[in-house]
Amino acid sequence: MNLSPDSSAWIIWPVVVPLLGAVVCFLYKKKPRLAGHFFAVVTCGTSTVLGWQVLSQGVGRHLLGGWSPPLGISLRADGPAALMVMMTAVTGLGITLYSGGYFQSRLAGDSQDHRFRAQEQSFWPLWLLLWAALNGLFLSGDIFNIYISLELVALSSVGLTVLSGKPPSLVAAMRYLLVSLLGSLTFLLGVGFFYKAHGTLELAVISKALAPTPPVIMALALVSVGLMLKTALFPFHFWLPPAHANALAPVSAILSALVIKGSWYLFYRFWQGGGLLAAVGIVPALLGSVAIIWGAFQAFSQQRLKMLVAYSTVAQIGYLFVAFPLLVDSAGQGRDALFYFAISHSCAKAAMFLAAGTFFLQLGHDRIRDLAGVRQLLPVSSFAFALGGVSLMGLPPSGGFIAKYLLVSKAISQDLWWLALIAVVGSGLTAVYVFRAVSSVLSPHLLEERPLLVVAASMQWSALALALLAIVLGIMAPLPLALLEVT
Amino acid sequence: MAWQNWLLLLILLSSMVPGLIIFTLAESNRGWRTALNLCGAVVKMILVLVMIIGISQGQRFAVALPLLPGVDLVLRADPLSALFVALSSLLWLFTTLYAVAYLEDSPNRSHFFGYFSLCVTVTIGIALAGNLLTFLFFFEMLTLTTYPLVIHRGTAEAMAAGRVYLLYTLTGGLLLFLGVVWLYVLVGEVDFSRQGLLMPLLDGHRPALIGIFCLLISGVGVKAALVPLHGWLPRAMVAPAPVSALLHAVAVVKAGAFGIMRIVLDVYGLPLTSGLGLLMPLMLVATCTILYGSLLALRQDNLKRLLAYSTVSQVSYIVLGITIGNPLAIMGGMVHLIHQGIMKITLFFCAGNIAETLGVHAISRMNGVGRRLPLTMGAFTLAAMGMIGLPPLAGFVSKWYLGLGAINQGEGWLLVVLVLSTLLNAAYFLPIIYRAWFREQEGPWPKDSGAMGLWECHWMLVVPPLLTAAISLLVGLLANSTLSPLAWVRFIVTTRYEPW
Repeated sequence: MNLSPDSSAWIIWPVVVPLLGAVVCFLYKKKPRLAGHFFAVVTCGTSTVLGWQVLSQGVGRHLLGGWSPPLGISLRADGPAALMVMMTAVTGLGITLYSGGYFQSRLAGDSQDHRFRAQEQSFWPLWLLLWAALNGLFLSGDIFNIYISLELVALSSVGLTVLSGKPPSLVAAMRYLLVSLLGSLTFLLGVGFFYKAHGTLELAVISKALAPTPPVIMALALVSVGLMLKTALFPFHFWLPPAHANALAPVSAILSALVIKGSWYLFYRFWQGGGLLAAVGIVPALLGSVAIIWGAFQAFSQQRLKMLVAYSTVAQIGYLFVAFPLLVDSAGQGRDALFYFAISHSCAKAAMFLAAGTFFLQLGHDRIRDLAGVRQLLPVSSFAFALGGVSLMGLPPSGGFIAKYLLVSKAISQDLWWLALIAVVGSGLTAVYVFRAVSSVLSPHLLEERPLLVVAASMQWSALALALLAIVLGIMAPLPLALLEVT
Repeated sequence: MAWQNWLLLLILLSSMVPGLIIFTLAESNRGWRTALNLCGAVVKMILVLVMIIGISQGQRFAVALPLLPGVDLVLRADPLSALFVALSSLLWLFTTLYAVAYLEDSPNRSHFFGYFSLCVTVTIGIALAGNLLTFLFFFEMLTLTTYPLVIHRGTAEAMAAGRVYLLYTLTGGLLLFLGVVWLYVLVGEVDFSRQGLLMPLLDGHRPALIGIFCLLISGVGVKAALVPLHGWLPRAMVAPAPVSALLHAVAVVKAGAFGIMRIVLDVYGLPLTSGLGLLMPLMLVATCTILYGSLLALRQDNLKRLLAYSTVSQVSYIVLGITIGNPLAIMGGMVHLIHQGIMKITLFFCAGNIAETLGVHAISRMNGVGRRLPLTMGAFTLAAMGMIGLPPLAGFVSKWYLGLGAINQGEGWLLVVLVLSTLLNAAYFLPIIYRAWFREQEGPWPKDSGAMGLWECHWMLVVPPLLTAAISLLVGLLANSTLSPLAWVRFIVTTRYEPW
């Protein structure tokens, strides 16, 4: 703990910059969009610096203001954390560019000028605050700060969810808020138990020292349930689809691509030590398996595109948990599979939600049946949607394929055949519901409806860029995997 | 990187880049689209020629990209890939010419030609794949790039056919995936150039090897339309004629057959496959497919469906040749990859002409078509005779070597299968030829787009089938020359598979 305070000062910037941006956007109400773009780009830059530093110099630590914990704030950037920060940065930049076009198109296309302007004024500060909180969560070294960032993430996401102002989204947001608070309280209780058992809040220490004593088991159970609630792992997924599907287009993407990854990442952090994994790692894996199957069936039976995409998130969350029994040995391939699922899902899901949001904005509805022919109207968005689907299905070339390969090959080498089969069957089921949507979007019908408004080009191209990134992740795996090795 | 390595990438890019540009072109931009397509096709032909000359002089072409730790994406040109690459790029050129005229004035052409080019790129990728994972990589992409072509017409029937197509091919893809990953866990990189790689596993992992073989073969068998995995093929006939031509002669079905060749000859190797007792079952599947496909073809009245079932039957000649397993039979099977492609694409071009120009889809309405479309029907007749296996056409050469191989191997009963299949082929092709040339026309055609100058219909619809028909005659007549596909196949077999 006797590090010099500024040994790795670059760690703080991915947290400080968006936080500053949130304040500026909140105060500078005239042009929040401009400020939002500026701070998003700078955050993205500082996150890249962080990723590069971790890759070249190894794990970074920083004590804010030189105070050591528990009084001060300690930040720690290792490979997985840096990868998550990078994921947030890249996806976040895409979503930011989309949001700019989104609000611009809506303001230009409608007379309800005032309402949209208010929406936008709240969106930018909340989004940047959420970004800062997520980065804080990834980079925090002690549980108490993690708790604070987790709360900030939850509050700002609920704030973003209510923005659309429609009754269903208010109901969904209320439920989201309650679930989230319940999750936080459970988490906090677990943290208390941990503190009692180990006398430290240092996450790295705790997760290494997980011994099967009653208080520790109790603590881990409480923390895990709290985080599963927040991540919407089956059977705690009930709140997710309405909340994600009824939000504004960029908000849906933020929630599905990024927010759930925050609590999932913490879950991983608590379990990674491996002490208890051999005994109970099967629990998240079983829940994940059910989530994969159940989410796919639900997605298939949806009539609305955004609901389909939201249920697909429920199914994909299953993949994020199903690989936990593979973390037992130190080869690292199980971890690689998990994180590859996370980052490729992030790009692909953001692209799909953004494209779905563009369809909605253009046609005024997202009924899958009546979307046939939307390709003529929005070729780029349709293509982005389809490419995102390719990655979800785990077909090559895509990040999803790499993740599926890592998962299945690790499962087979550990003789966990049921796991390999679940992963393969799950990707087949994903194909079924994805193609239900894609065949409608790509079908060569002629659309009869007239477009409601002119959609900004940035909305179409940002979605395509994210989808292409999900594809490119399929041929540049060595780079993210090298970053993950830094621990 | 030496120029040899760039060459393989250039061969892929020569169709991929035009495809991607075409997506961005406006629908009305016919000139640029056609120019890009044809340029790509011609450039690809030249590059492939350079590659083939290089290979025959003993040069090596390979390029690798690290995909994961310990797993590379490898493109490598060996003589067998050159065979498939040559077929794909030659027939792509003809199909593009044909498709430009065929799709004139129909909607969504940018989309069509974009996917068309991507589809060829992926097929070439399959041909050049240097290890099993690379093969899987492109094999799955083939499903994705062909699906939009199958549903191109957008009718309810086309969408339904698309669903069936996906159901079959994606399920096959998952089986293949499982098999590939399992094999990689057992042995690490499965490179096609390392023969006998799996031999050491024979003692300890016999059940695993059998399981993997079944997974791999059923995975690629879906695309190769082995009975009972063939159900998608006749339904996919709703696609436009150039697509059917491409699916049947070059891309999907051939990719499946090529995959079986790779798995049996290069991954497992003939000694191991027969040591595991797997050659015989596969041979039985192939014979069943040959006979069953022909029997079903006999019952069809729709010309394109008849051709589809004929493909089911003919592609299994390739599998049969591999499973007989002596050099002569392997030659027969391999050369049929080329021969069947050239003949079948001719037949589909002709079927498309008849449907487009006269609106005739049913065989029972084809009386007198030969008078109205003599060139088309001439090409059709030549190709159909080839399919039946009349000397000196291409099909005869394949069947001759298959028969010789079967006798040498002591599997005389296969001759009965070959003769039976030939009789069946004759039984479904000859009536068509008879109707077209010797029956009088009954009533007016459903439509007639009219003759164009010297030609019976648009010249770009007539020239490609005439050329491919001529080629199918030439490769049979000149089978013994040094430039024929047969000579190349002999080169492959003598350099790689002779010891067995």
